[in-house]
Amino acid sequence: MTILDVKNLSVGFPTPDGVVRAVNDISFSVSAGETLAIVGESGSGKTVTNLALMGLLNTNTTQISGSAMFKSHTGDIDLLGMDPNELQKYRGQDISMIFQDPMSSLHPYFSIGDQIIEAHQVHNKVDPEVSKARAIELLGLVGIPDPASRINSFPHQFSGGMRQRVMIAMALVNNPSLLIADEPTTALDVTVQAQILGLLKDLQREFKMAIILITHDLGVVAGAADRVNVMYAGRIVESAGVFDLYAKPAMPYTQGLLDSVPRLDRPHTDRLVAIPGQPPSMISLPDGCSFAPRCSRISEVAGNKCLTTHPELTLRADNHSARCFLGEGVRA
Amino acid sequence: MLSYITRRLGVTFLILLGVSFTVYVIFAFLPFDPAALTCGKNCNDPGIIEANRHRLGYDLPFLTQYWVFIKGLFLGRSYGEGAALINCPAPSLGYSFQEHSCVTTLISEALPVTLSLAIGALVLWLIVGIGLGVLAARYRGKFVDSASTVFVLVGTSLPTFLTGLLLLVFVVIKWHLMPFPAGNYTPFLEDPYEWAQILFLPWVTLAFAYAALYTRFVRSAVIETSNEDYIRTARAKGLPESEILGKHTLRAALAPIITMAGLDFAGLLGGAILTESVFNLPGLGRLAISAVIEYDLPIIVATTLLAAAIVVIMNLIVDILYAFIDPRVRIA
Repeated sequence: MTILDVKNLSVGFPTPDGVVRAVNDISFSVSAGETLAIVGESGSGKTVTNLALMGLLNTNTTQISGSAMFKSHTGDIDLLGMDPNELQKYRGQDISMIFQDPMSSLHPYFSIGDQIIEAHQVHNKVDPEVSKARAIELLGLVGIPDPASRINSFPHQFSGGMRQRVMIAMALVNNPSLLIADEPTTALDVTVQAQILGLLKDLQREFKMAIILITHDLGVVAGAADRVNVMYAGRIVESAGVFDLYAKPAMPYTQGLLDSVPRLDRPHTDRLVAIPGQPPSMISLPDGCSFAPRCSRISEVAGNKCLTTHPELTLRADNHSARCFLGEGVRA
Repeated sequence: MLSYITRRLGVTFLILLGVSFTVYVIFAFLPFDPAALTCGKNCNDPGIIEANRHRLGYDLPFLTQYWVFIKGLFLGRSYGEGAALINCPAPSLGYSFQEHSCVTTLISEALPVTLSLAIGALVLWLIVGIGLGVLAARYRGKFVDSASTVFVLVGTSLPTFLTGLLLLVFVVIKWHLMPFPAGNYTPFLEDPYEWAQILFLPWVTLAFAYAALYTRFVRSAVIETSNEDYIRTARAKGLPESEILGKHTLRAALAPIITMAGLDFAGLLGGAILTESVFNLPGLGRLAISAVIEYDLPIIVATTLLAAAIVVIMNLIVDILYAFIDPRVRIA
């Protein structure tokens, strides 16, 4: 069952030099209980996509278009067409978000208990004691030891990993059907990363929620996601099931990302391969493929087509599409 | 917390001892003879001068003089003997020959005036400064914001003596909105209405300059805090904007204002010299300035010491208050 269906989402930020097209006409959907990873390098539009869905972008300074139909507790709603004050009722209840930096995402002046209880109270007309019990229950679920007394602690009394657990507890307090995790492990060290990802997976099963996992780390994707959208310069350039993507990447950019991940099954003398060049300016995107100026396989397509014509996202196999002239029309 | 306060009080005492000694040293080595000054401008009678020198204790060695001064603070002090005996009970800050009065008495008369002036101005400028600052930040770029910018510009560029004079000329003399303040300060307990009526224009004068400063400060603090990650978290929770601003943003943005207000208040208690002079208020500032003009050493030492004591004690109060606001600085 599809719970979120995004169609033709575009986000632009007007600047004195022109409009920065951070997200360019992207469409995707998320089914209940699945994990969709959105992968891409910095500035590819993955965070902006999700801030737009959450209604967390300033509507006075951004141009947002498209639709995002979401199955909420009150029925189908369009997240993008909604009044911000109206959307506020769904934020934190049907859709929750956890952020990259747990060190700065919790308010330093309030106890973690107060912050979680507040998240419950704002959507539930119940006695604060009920919310408190719920907060303790969730802190226990996310693995905070002795939650009944730790609930009175302040954020600075926790480590980074523990703070991210608190953030997760806060996000899940209202049983959301969709959790957006924006680089939830980037600020944490590697051993803690694995714990947090494992925790998210366990909680996903328990709460039967869908997760949109935003990351630049393909290692995280392989372990945690069901499907992957690769984003480049504000567009989805490849979309596939996680196994398909790793086995048969169709787009040279995806291939480049995979090559740049260190692997244990390669000789340690091999150097990591970096993708040369920089992403294009988001104000004036190239006429052809956005990735063409950095692409190593550009000569394989006849007659400079990559530089002059913009490729469309086309189907390569079941549930596997890519935006590339290479291998186009060939169905595996 | 209690041991922290005790320790801080001990340090405060040492600082005040240091300040008093420094002030004493400075005035001991100034090229003025305090005994000669007791005898009037055209007095050349060495007999009177020497008699006064002995009566006031200026014939004692420097360190003994300082010791007698400190002792007087705790035990009181008397000057001369027999029929000319003058007794200044503890805490004695010395005797002003020019004013024919114990300095402590002079200060206890002037302090309530300055205190009334400072408290009223503080309340006024906090209400205006915080209110306008928050409004300007909330409606950034709108009319309120532009209007507040004009207010800030005028407030910070107009010197207080000019504001005071303009108010006197227009409100009192031209428009007859208020009676002329003739320096007849009325204590609050005697007649609260008259007290407020006399102090109203001085309050406005002082508060005008400070409110402008605070408006600018609060505006930027609120805008800066609004961009914090934890404010985005609050929004992602689904809290209404009013609650985000009123609770999450203000709590963090106003914490530094406490420090600022405490120290500005302490500075004013040392004497708002210009405002007191313009409005002819018999406060500490006017006491100090007339003492400086007349080289009235005991009063200068006393007012300097009092100003220092107020600043140091206010600092302590601010630090303790801050610990209640920000859990990160709380001491176990």
